[in-house]
Amino acid sequence: MKHKVTVTLNGRQREDEVEPRLLLVHYIRDVAGLTGTHVGCDTSQCGACTVHLDGRAIKSCTMFAVQADGREVRTIEDMAAANGTLHPIQQAFWDEHGLQCGYCTPGFIMAAAYLLEQNPTPTEDEIRKGLEGNLCRCTGYVNIVKAVQAASRTMSGAAQAADPSAATVAGE
Amino acid sequence: MIPAAFEYARASTVQEASDLLRQYGEDAKVLAGGHSLIPLMRLRFARPSALVDINGIRELDYVVVEDGKLRVGALTRHVDLHRSDVVRQNLPILAEVADEVGDNQVRNMGTIGGVIAHADSAGDYPTIARMLDAEIVTNRRRFRAADFFLAQLTTPLDPDEIVCEVVFPVANGPHKYVKFRRRLFDWAIVAAGAQKTAEGWRIGLTNCGPTPVRCTAVEQALAAGASPEEACQHASDGLEPSSDLRASAEYKLHLARVLSRRAIEQAS
Amino acid sequence: MAITTMVGARIHRREDPRLVRGHGRYADDFLRPHTAYMAVVRSPHAHARVRSIDVAEAARAPGVVAVLLAADFKKVLSGTMPVAPAFVPEKKQAPDRFPIADGEVCFQGEPVAVVIGESRYQAADAADLVQVDWEPLPVVMDILQAIEPSSPTAHAGATDNIGWDLTFSPDAEAAFAEADVVVKERILQQRLAPTPMEPRGVLAEWHDADQAMTVWMSSQNPHFIRLFIGGAMGIPENRFRVVSPDVGGGFGSKISPYPEDYLVPAASRLLGRPVKWIETRTENLQNATHGRGQVFDVEIAGNRDGKLLGLKITQYLDLGAYVGTFGAFQACACLLPGAYVWKQVASRTIGVLTNKVPTDPYRGAGRPEATHLVERMVDLFAQEIGRDPADVRRTNFITEFPHSSPFGLVYDSGNYHGSLTKALEIAGYESFRREQEEARQRGRYLGVGISTWIEICGFGPSAGTAPATGGLALTESAHVRVFPTGSVNVFVGTHSHGQGHDTTFAQIVADELGVPYDSVEIRHGDTAEGPAFGYGTYGSRSLAVGGMAVLKASHKVRDKATKIAAHLFEAAEEDVAFDQGHFYVKGSPENRKAFGEVAFAAYGAGLPESIELGLEAVAYFDPPNFVWPFGAHVCMVEVDPETGGVRLLKYVAVDDCGNVINPMIVEGQIHGGVVQGIAQALFEEVVYADDGTLRTGTLLDYSVPTASEIPTMTLDRTVTPSPTNELGVKGIGEAGTIAASGAVINAICDALAPFGIKHVDMPASPDRLWKQIQEAKA
Repeated sequence: MKHKVTVTLNGRQREDEVEPRLLLVHYIRDVAGLTGTHVGCDTSQCGACTVHLDGRAIKSCTMFAVQADGREVRTIEDMAAANGTLHPIQQAFWDEHGLQCGYCTPGFIMAAAYLLEQNPTPTEDEIRKGLEGNLCRCTGYVNIVKAVQAASRTMSGAAQAADPSAATVAGE
Repeated sequence: MIPAAFEYARASTVQEASDLLRQYGEDAKVLAGGHSLIPLMRLRFARPSALVDINGIRELDYVVVEDGKLRVGALTRHVDLHRSDVVRQNLPILAEVADEVGDNQVRNMGTIGGVIAHADSAGDYPTIARMLDAEIVTNRRRFRAADFFLAQLTTPLDPDEIVCEVVFPVANGPHKYVKFRRRLFDWAIVAAGAQKTAEGWRIGLTNCGPTPVRCTAVEQALAAGASPEEACQHASDGLEPSSDLRASAEYKLHLARVLSRRAIEQAS
Repeated sequence: MAITTMVGARIHRREDPRLVRGHGRYADDFLRPHTAYMAVVRSPHAHARVRSIDVAEAARAPGVVAVLLAADFKKVLSGTMPVAPAFVPEKKQAPDRFPIADGEVCFQGEPVAVVIGESRYQAADAADLVQVDWEPLPVVMDILQAIEPSSPTAHAGATDNIGWDLTFSPDAEAAFAEADVVVKERILQQRLAPTPMEPRGVLAEWHDADQAMTVWMSSQNPHFIRLFIGGAMGIPENRFRVVSPDVGGGFGSKISPYPEDYLVPAASRLLGRPVKWIETRTENLQNATHGRGQVFDVEIAGNRDGKLLGLKITQYLDLGAYVGTFGAFQACACLLPGAYVWKQVASRTIGVLTNKVPTDPYRGAGRPEATHLVERMVDLFAQEIGRDPADVRRTNFITEFPHSSPFGLVYDSGNYHGSLTKALEIAGYESFRREQEEARQRGRYLGVGISTWIEICGFGPSAGTAPATGGLALTESAHVRVFPTGSVNVFVGTHSHGQGHDTTFAQIVADELGVPYDSVEIRHGDTAEGPAFGYGTYGSRSLAVGGMAVLKASHKVRDKATKIAAHLFEAAEEDVAFDQGHFYVKGSPENRKAFGEVAFAAYGAGLPESIELGLEAVAYFDPPNFVWPFGAHVCMVEVDPETGGVRLLKYVAVDDCGNVINPMIVEGQIHGGVVQGIAQALFEEVVYADDGTLRTGTLLDYSVPTASEIPTMTLDRTVTPSPTNELGVKGIGEAGTIAASGAVINAICDALAPFGIKHVDMPASPDRLWKQIQEAKA
């Protein structure tokens, strides 16, 4: 029996009829047509399917679409600005050669976005731990860590620039 | 990869959930965080006929201190347990353990009730519950932890019975949970918990047998004045761990002794 | 005048903007109208006879289009899956393999039926309903037992399990007789699962009106797939198109054709509609070809003064149930005695059939195995004679190039002293030895391991590779096409799956043609475009062979453009200079024409009869030799004897791949390669139960490491150009994996030397190390 689900996907609300067993990742890819989120494993280790659910990073392969009813889902396709400007994390992955084949990359970017939101200036250890739920086979993680560090600098620098009280601190 | 079909209903109260479980019958299962259940379903090792989704039961998501007890609602997610000031102040070992379960994404979805109900002796919360003599409260009964974890993946829960809360004693003395695994997001090969309470040490072991272990022999030795080194020789007493891909039974027994000692030595 | 070159520049990749936005195009991202989905019914037994298959219930299930068995596929598929000679031209036996089992299954996972459904989910459900009546047969799992005459056979009716028994060089007796010291060891190379993050996937569409096939799939070499599948289906290359756009990693596991690569197109032909199959991770770990899977018995002989004399290698190679198409490349582990001068090397390789999925190339394909065994034996020899392992290496390094190895392979250039010296300095080797001694006093076990690696890559010269592939040499092709308004397309027959060719090849062409980097577009992976045949990406060949084909085609284009420019200047061709994208008559640089202007003229009127219109060229490059990168890696560890746990303290890699086109990409390849080598040393292993059931069928059980397990690495380089090609380049894609496992295991053995432990096998997991330490203490 199909169930009706209403999901706010990348800011747009959509209504669909789905089987209860339809995995959220298949909903995103096959029903909504957003193929940037990838499936890399069967048992929720690899993290290639990472998206944000109500602002939290989760693995969309270990959730059913029906569970996302009434909730907000954000995928990699929503990270760049409407005019095409890359999100600082995307830019940092590009600048630091944080990707090779690119298959794990959307998952890493979504995991990194959540990490930096929770902890804007993580140490290297905190970055490695913060990305423990994502596997990469190509990069050896070295440049992924550098990318998150670069993104952290850009984003906390921008945050400082945007915050009027920060100017005083910088000038001291 | 693709789960078998099932029926699905969402419950907004515990009563509703229990009624739905009864209605669907024995092969129905509760869906909370889903991170124990859904991987099994995707491999088709589990094929529930129906899932009752309890994620909407807000009344099960809380952490409060009452009468010297820490009451944790079953739907409290690992990430929230870890961040909770109430938990950090009243039972910090639980906050520490909550940060060790799975990985960041798993911690955003998984719940303490789910881990407890799943009763995998390789899980971390069952060890804490067992060693601290926690109480597991369902919509119908209350169990001492020692009576709840019957065997690997086996509890006395009836098909329409739902874990609603776990009640721990308050304990904010020296504590440490040492989890030995190969990769950070792996299940423990063996883990040891140590908690100093007013009445003495509580020591627990993860993945050393079909149920979580409380090391009363070690606790008694420590109480009698033995050093951690001497006392923890007893950590492996009477244990029958299974051999698996990661470790032989012999190695697990050895780690039980080593990690329990390290947990005590590092407790702060 | 400012000189700027793109070659050597550390520019970020042009592939990335679409990949970081989630706009990659991987196999599962393609859809055709009316596509049906395939699910494969696989044998749960490692060896069994199929008594009967009942498809009635499956055929009735909701959404099922068809259930197909071997008999159905035989209507459109013929022959047996190919087996390349590789390094073993004559095989004693290579069992015939039809893509779907017909009567007997020989490994767990072998396909016996396929279900085609309207949706992925319905196909999966129906696959569960196919009922097979199995008769289990004896299972062959251990290769050393499998070679015993009394062993059951992996294939019923075979006389034994020997795929081959080949001696490359029969004896090193003289060298051994002369030596003061002989050390023996048995070294294991566990089976590994390449585990690209993107599992395999195939979408096929048969166009009946055109009698043509289009396949979209994740492959490292689309042209070879076209050749093999087209051959089996009787579809000529000119009516078979294979498109492999973005490939989510391969590491060797997406080279050889697989059963599904035949079954999906065949199903499309049988059903008259597009069919798609996407692998699950469980299927991938079980059915994608495994790497390594070898046992080596090695002996090293030398003198107490440190001089190495002889090496004897016997390789037992676990072939699996069938010989993998390129599986015999792993035999090259017996052909590479490392960076050292030897008097004699003797080696023998024995390929053994077992009831497991076949083995085939996995990052390094024989070179990691060779390096690991040589570097381990050199350390064991050093320990035996009481000398520092770095010293023993230095005493024996090859210093003169070109160097002919004992097997007649010619190393093109090298500077082994240079990279080792640099690596030891960066790693702080001397001070570490002091630190190690102090730590031992305090009961802590630190260790340092060195791996001075060399490899053969850049496959390869036609003379050397045509015999290995059964006639098609592993040369490479490129087509450079300049459009009238000056933009450039470059079609190349290699196929990047993460190595950044879109960027590096454009860097080369931008320099050669003097055109803006952004005006050059690289295209690969689609057999409908570009030269007739491309050879793919593996064996660290893309730059040394593919990049050279691109260079050659670019030169042809530049030469023709020079002719046209000469015509436009009304000057003699030899009087025309080309510099920084402009042509001018020598002596009159101010009167110049841009490349784009000449390009436009190439398509216009007024050219003399001697110059044909157009500005494009095809080139095939046949390298005169393989290329031989090298380097030195140093790893420092601490071992906790209480738990057997290993902590990686430091990892230093100094590598030499000749001239560098883009240093950022080179470093990325080394990072990734090193981590796969570390993963073999410490984490990964394919494990089977005695009955042939795979125990490591998920990423929970098969331990690909996460970022938290990996240390920060320090990289540096030496640059010793290759004399083999004009670019002076060698390969680097596999180097990290070739070096790393030896460095890590040597470090662990060094740490545990006080316990009397001489050798440790992989993976050196905590439980194993602890057990070994306990046994050593007893």
